[in-house]
Amino acid sequence: MDDNLSYLAILGRIIAQFLPVWIALIATFAVSITYKRRLGLYGKLFDSPVGMIGFAIVMFWVFTALMADQIITFDPYAQFSGMKNKPLGTVLAKAADGDYSHFLLGGDHLARDVFSRMVMGARSVLSIAPAATMFAFMVGITLGVPAGYIGGRLDTGLSFLANLVLAFPVILLFYLLVTPEIVNHKMMFFSAFLSPEAELACKAKDSVTAGTLACFGLSIPTMMAATLFIFPIIFLSVLLNARFFTNPMRRNLYVGGVLVIGLWAYSGLAFNADPLGVWSMEPNLLNVFVSVVFVNAPTVFRIVRGIVMDLKSRDYVAAGQTRGEGSWYIMLWEILPNARGPLIVDFCLRIGYTTILLGTLGFFGLGVAPDSPDWGSTIDDGRKTLNMFPHAAVVPALALMSLVLGLNLLADGLREESLRD
Amino acid sequence: MLKFIARRLGIMILTAFVLTFVVFFLTNLPPNLEKLARSEGSVRMTDEAVAQWIIDNGHGGSVLGRYGQWLGVAPGWQNVDEKGVARGRCFAAGTDPTVAPTHCGVLQGNWGYSTFFRGPVLQNLGEKLAATGILMLWVMIVMVPSALIIGVVAGMREGSRTDRVLSTFSIATTATPEYVSGVILVALLASPVTGLSPILAKWGWIDGKILFQGAATAGNITFWSFALPVLTIALYGIGYIARMTRASMTEVMTAQYIRTARLKGVGFREVVMRHALRNALIAPFTVIMLQFPWLLNGVVIVETLFNYKGFGWTLVQAAGNNDINLLLGCSVVAVFVVLVTQLISDIGYVFLNPRIRLS
Repeated sequence: MDDNLSYLAILGRIIAQFLPVWIALIATFAVSITYKRRLGLYGKLFDSPVGMIGFAIVMFWVFTALMADQIITFDPYAQFSGMKNKPLGTVLAKAADGDYSHFLLGGDHLARDVFSRMVMGARSVLSIAPAATMFAFMVGITLGVPAGYIGGRLDTGLSFLANLVLAFPVILLFYLLVTPEIVNHKMMFFSAFLSPEAELACKAKDSVTAGTLACFGLSIPTMMAATLFIFPIIFLSVLLNARFFTNPMRRNLYVGGVLVIGLWAYSGLAFNADPLGVWSMEPNLLNVFVSVVFVNAPTVFRIVRGIVMDLKSRDYVAAGQTRGEGSWYIMLWEILPNARGPLIVDFCLRIGYTTILLGTLGFFGLGVAPDSPDWGSTIDDGRKTLNMFPHAAVVPALALMSLVLGLNLLADGLREESLRD
Repeated sequence: MLKFIARRLGIMILTAFVLTFVVFFLTNLPPNLEKLARSEGSVRMTDEAVAQWIIDNGHGGSVLGRYGQWLGVAPGWQNVDEKGVARGRCFAAGTDPTVAPTHCGVLQGNWGYSTFFRGPVLQNLGEKLAATGILMLWVMIVMVPSALIIGVVAGMREGSRTDRVLSTFSIATTATPEYVSGVILVALLASPVTGLSPILAKWGWIDGKILFQGAATAGNITFWSFALPVLTIALYGIGYIARMTRASMTEVMTAQYIRTARLKGVGFREVVMRHALRNALIAPFTVIMLQFPWLLNGVVIVETLFNYKGFGWTLVQAAGNNDINLLLGCSVVAVFVVLVTQLISDIGYVFLNPRIRLS
């Protein structure tokens, strides 16, 4: 066991290491294909080869993220002496008992295992990208549906705001929002617009004065989080209220439940002030999350607005209006369900785009944490030794590419199948 | 038409003002100014001295006022420091303030002093933009024709094997952001230990150790140093434009007039070249124009990866070194590029598509 591995042996061992993922994938496919006629759009996906390949790749990474602890061969953060920049399949230098014998995909510039970092990176990426996309959709839908349905001034104003964000070069925005000075800076509501000297004076004073209202401040990411995170709560409350307002008992129960849980999570996620300490977000993670949601939301807004403007001239909307249904009910319970096809397709594409954006952030060193195993940061680390030891950057690059490719293929398959009926 | 253009222009100018103000606000926050004071003045300044430095160097007062000065619509600041030397925005320290212009901002062509380049922003930014311009030119030369050809060939016969192969290629390139394709291309073609280069070197087909260069310098552009950066940026765009072209082409190919032409006995090649192509290329035009902002993104990534000292590299350096004026200059350029391409795409679409009539 003290030889370095051949490429074939490496491949074999990697396949073996992913065993739990293969089992889960085969189980998923077996169950889904057996019952595909009863599963609606999801079942129809298994009629399209492209969609099936895409789904398989996406689920591969999802299962990898879920079972990362079983798949990794080493601690992704640990450094092993003598393993710096070692090529693929190198024997672990000073193996203790119970250690895995080889670095399957080599070591990086800090002598960490590239394979384990790639696997853990899947967890890091997949825990942010879908959630951020979900939030972007909540914001986009909550603003886009009324903008498309009501139109007029509301539409003009919101569209202007959306175009404003879209005209902002993404990288510049990231640099402005994620740099440490801006992140750590507590903006003073009253003094910031007056002058920097007033604010510095505010900072210099003792803590008693600084606690007064004039010196009370919030950092910019917190402010953005406070704005963006309120939208899911608004969306769900309005959605449930529009459906159940005729039955106050149930309405109060549902909307009340949403408000209690929502505001509880909101206090923890946006302000890190959850009284029970269940909901919280690392400040760095919050910045990355908020910037990605902020960049994605206007595009979703434009898509939703376009679909709603198209759908609102349909007969069933006119029927609803004649029946005396409220505008919110028509918007959220008549139009929105009919817009789900293109929205689901776009959701898949957008998770891929968000993954790319997260990678971009990592690539510029603006990621979640400097030693985080997420793919963008590892590519950034690896590119410094790219000429001599390319494996450290190529492995996460291929991983990221395959995930985005899978999402794109899945979206393509879904689009084909949803157009078929 | 005129009313439409005027309205678009109005919105564009308003957007430009709002965006530059946002950037100005974010780059001129007190912590940035404090950092600037400590790097330009002295690291060991007391907090009071920092506050005094900020006021003395014209960074005091309200944000709106400073934005006005930077823009050139408000008179530039001037004061006299404790040594009795007159200082101000519009003149060098010690010269006579009465002969200097009162307004000097971006509108008057004064983009400020770059602490990173140790020189005027406008001149340095111009040089870097020229370098990026060359890069963009080659990207466009590679990207647009290949994307259009792929799209047209794929969309010509929907569902054929060629279509499937080309569509899969397009999807694959849209899934490959610049930092991924750049890394893979370098590993394959520009690394002395992996990929093609060691094999070719062993066979004696190339002189050096590597086939392509992994870095590009602005003054010395050769095919071997420029191919990888250009390819890296172009690849991501090719897939997207090709998919749009394909969609537009398949739509046109099912149109009535194409069928009529076919039934009249016109050859397939003739139908594609003379009847379909012109209508099929309207939609891609808009897409290509709207692709510019994204190219800006690609330029930043690629210039960082290949160490090409152009606009993108400058932006990263400005942001990393807290060079406020340079960063503002970069953002003015970026916002300008985005807005102008949006305008061109809107107006061009109306011109190209006779079916759209503006009331």
